[in-house]
Amino acid sequence: MLLVNERAFPFNSGMTLADLVKEQGGDADILLVNGYPATLDTALSDGDRCCLWRRGKVPSAEEMRHLLYARHSPGVQSRLQERVVGIMGLGGLGSLVAIALARMGIGSLLLADYDVVEPTNLNRQQYFVDQIGQKKTSALRDILQRVNPHVSVTIIDRRLVEDDIGVLFQNVHALVECFDDPAMKAAGLRAALHSLPGVFYVCASGLAGYGENNTIRTRRLYPGIYLVGDELSAAAPGQGLMAARVGIAAHQQANQVVRLLLDVENEAG
Amino acid sequence: MKVLCNGEAQEIASGTRVADYIRQLGLDIYSVVVECDGRILTREEYGSHELQDGSVLELIRFVGGG
Repeated sequence: MLLVNERAFPFNSGMTLADLVKEQGGDADILLVNGYPATLDTALSDGDRCCLWRRGKVPSAEEMRHLLYARHSPGVQSRLQERVVGIMGLGGLGSLVAIALARMGIGSLLLADYDVVEPTNLNRQQYFVDQIGQKKTSALRDILQRVNPHVSVTIIDRRLVEDDIGVLFQNVHALVECFDDPAMKAAGLRAALHSLPGVFYVCASGLAGYGENNTIRTRRLYPGIYLVGDELSAAAPGQGLMAARVGIAAHQQANQVVRLLLDVENEAG
Repeated sequence: MKVLCNGEAQEIASGTRVADYIRQLGLDIYSVVVECDGRILTREEYGSHELQDGSVLELIRFVGGG
């Protein structure tokens, strides 16, 4: 059997992608096999997962779900879909971590921030000019719905304190610390270490300016607990937060979350 | 007396509390997470926890920006 646009389809020995396109009506021009672009002469194997689509066609809701996930490696998205990730702080780091996780097909996001979108945020945060004045929580939820309507988004619209964190995020599989304030960054790590056993935690420190790319790194602090950043570059007068370097750090955080959720980190090592 | 801080031996005065030590390093106590002899200290303990000769400290310092 093949899986064609997530539906079972009989497999015949010697079948190519061209045969399949013909059987499906012949107009598909976006072709993926097992999450990767393929050409018409690709020989198919039993069990292959194929996605055929005509460029520009507007999908139904059901088709949309299949297409969104067609680029994921088989088995990866089904595991991410069952996971809940919390994000504390929805600025330059948090807004980008959320979008990356939504694009990768995470099941649920729990998003916390107290602030509103300001014009001075737009140099690095993922909001739009027409969202100025909106709460970051609801503004980001709206963006995520446009990226992937199948992500379940819950928002916490308040200023977090250290004692809240262990309670509000007790049911997440992974928690991402994206605060701006260093005191809250320390508070978040203490809360995770004291109150969230078994929850993966990825925090950040040192990502301002336009310093070298490769000084941003991901360091293991404790089992299941990681720190991203160069650990030195504070946001300060003369060294502002800039989209590219904040983005490097945010995407290291998001990738680390995925690695932890997919169990690829050797925690014994 | 001596303590080991992030792997380096440091000479400190006896009776030094964790908060004093962090300030001596020029750091803001609110931006530092402290593991002392294998235990993560609560924020309330920074002002009261006295370092002992041979104490092993791990300080994780955060800088602002997010």
